[in-house]
Amino acid sequence: MAETSGEQDREIIIVKNLEYTYGDAKAVEGISFSVKKGEIFSFLGPNGAGKSTVINVLITLLALQKGEASVAGFDVTREPQKVRESIGIVFQEITLDRDMTVWEILEFHGKLYSMPHAERRARIEELITLVQLGGKRNIRIKHLSGGMKRRLEIARGLMTRPKVLFLDEPTIGLDPQTRMRMWEYIKNVNKSGTTIFLTTHYMDEADQLSDRISIIDHGKIIITGTNWELKNTLGQDLIYLETSNNSTAIRALTNLPSVKDIKEKTKGILVMVNDDGTKVLPVMMDILRESGITISTVNLKKPSMDDVFIYYTGKEIRDEPVGKSSIISLRPGGN
Amino acid sequence: MNYGFLNIYWRDMIRFVRFRTMLISSLLQPALWLAFFGIAMSSSFDQLMAGVPVPSGVHAVGYLTFMAAGIIAMTTLFTSLFGGMIILFDKNWGLMREIMASPMPRDHVIIGIGLSGMTKSFIQALIIMVFGIAIGAGFFVGYGAFQIALAVFGILLFVGVFSLGFLFLSAGIAISMETPEGMQGIMMLMTMPIFFASNALYPIDAFPEFLRVISMYNPMTLLINGIRYFAIGPDFLALGKYYAYTSTDIILSFAGLLVFAVLMYAFAWWRFKKAVVT
Repeated sequence: MAETSGEQDREIIIVKNLEYTYGDAKAVEGISFSVKKGEIFSFLGPNGAGKSTVINVLITLLALQKGEASVAGFDVTREPQKVRESIGIVFQEITLDRDMTVWEILEFHGKLYSMPHAERRARIEELITLVQLGGKRNIRIKHLSGGMKRRLEIARGLMTRPKVLFLDEPTIGLDPQTRMRMWEYIKNVNKSGTTIFLTTHYMDEADQLSDRISIIDHGKIIITGTNWELKNTLGQDLIYLETSNNSTAIRALTNLPSVKDIKEKTKGILVMVNDDGTKVLPVMMDILRESGITISTVNLKKPSMDDVFIYYTGKEIRDEPVGKSSIISLRPGGN
Repeated sequence: MNYGFLNIYWRDMIRFVRFRTMLISSLLQPALWLAFFGIAMSSSFDQLMAGVPVPSGVHAVGYLTFMAAGIIAMTTLFTSLFGGMIILFDKNWGLMREIMASPMPRDHVIIGIGLSGMTKSFIQALIIMVFGIAIGAGFFVGYGAFQIALAVFGILLFVGVFSLGFLFLSAGIAISMETPEGMQGIMMLMTMPIFFASNALYPIDAFPEFLRVISMYNPMTLLINGIRYFAIGPDFLALGKYYAYTSTDIILSFAGLLVFAVLMYAFAWWRFKKAVVT
């Protein structure tokens, strides 16, 4: 990620050596990153990785304990008021009063931020149209579907034309179709100039939406980059093999020039190659046959975000909603 | 000038009107107290007191009149002590985060909740007055229209400051608590002594010394002094005891309530500043 001083003015969120401890438990262990103006930046990590803690510090709900953080040019400790005026937030859980109407939710929010009457009313109409809740204006929240509530929350987050919109797990608990539609909304919001900071534990969400992704686990950033940069760190292709003797196979293949790394899996081995996998695979098969190893299963694929995540954190994120397969569960036709 | 508290007020009143059961029960409850407890107690007390001679020139009032003032105070106490509960619910349902992360100064939450709770107490006090008079409480006897208006204003002034004090206290506790059950427990513990160590249902003169002193400075007693002064008059005889309030007594009672409200506001503000809501 870019850390040169010339880029400072284009960086809308700057975090340096952020640490956060709850009692004895360290939730965030010295995180540094920056978000550029106009991009969609994601924190991808499992539940409990520290994503929400970082967000809560940035949106001034948690006091900064150690390190530095600034949002939209304002220090979160010295000028929390200015930070609050510059941001919009969509929280992890639905935070809508069940007994208020769609219109009232937005009106209340606009007043919280002291928006002038005329501007507030105009903005409400604009946003209700944007998130397609026109017909639901006077409907109480308890009668809305999960997707509608989420859309309304995004509209609420945009009420005050924030410089940065924070989305904490924006599609959690939504069905796949609704999630896709939410992504469209988020992309459109970003296109109109709002910087977006997003946390998610959905691989596909981070992959599809983000300009840049930080993989975060155990309170640390493990790697940051665009989705392609991250995938390319695993090589050009991934080849999965199940053989009669996996450890011998690893030894036989390690020294091939195009092999980047080999990982042993429960039943087979995973070879990361820097070359075109379709060319490397026959060579590998010849070598293994010469070593007297028989191959029972072969699979060739491009690295996915799941693979990147597993490679860097050593684990799979559970709670995947759309049944995507990863290397560990590679099956013919899988993924 | 930030008018954020009006926004909080607006939202809380929407909720008050929309929760039909809450609205109706909060209006019925004081009337039921008067109707059952009031009529039952007053009929037995008035029978007991029937033989006691009333000195001439003294305005003697029945027990219903005496305790109706206590019921106004009790209702205000209950409504106000539980008025902050909504903050706890907002906190637990995540709704408070929207407010805490907004640029609105946090004391506006306290003020907004205070004002909406006060409004609810006004409505209840008025209902009890009307209903009390309808079933025979001797309020505003011999007053002209202007005097009645003035007396009602005086009562609402006392009720208002008293309710703000307890709403601030309630808000301060609510923002510090984790569960509604815990908060309910604390509230129950508090209502008992506040209600019974006061002159709501009986005179406090015969109390043991320490209890009498506590009762004398209890905001509840200060409020009831004011209500009786405005609703019944500066001097009257009830339960065989002669009450006489000078205007100084009343001003001091009011000042006591103001001090109480300011202290409770300070408490709530301190709790809100320390509050972490995520």
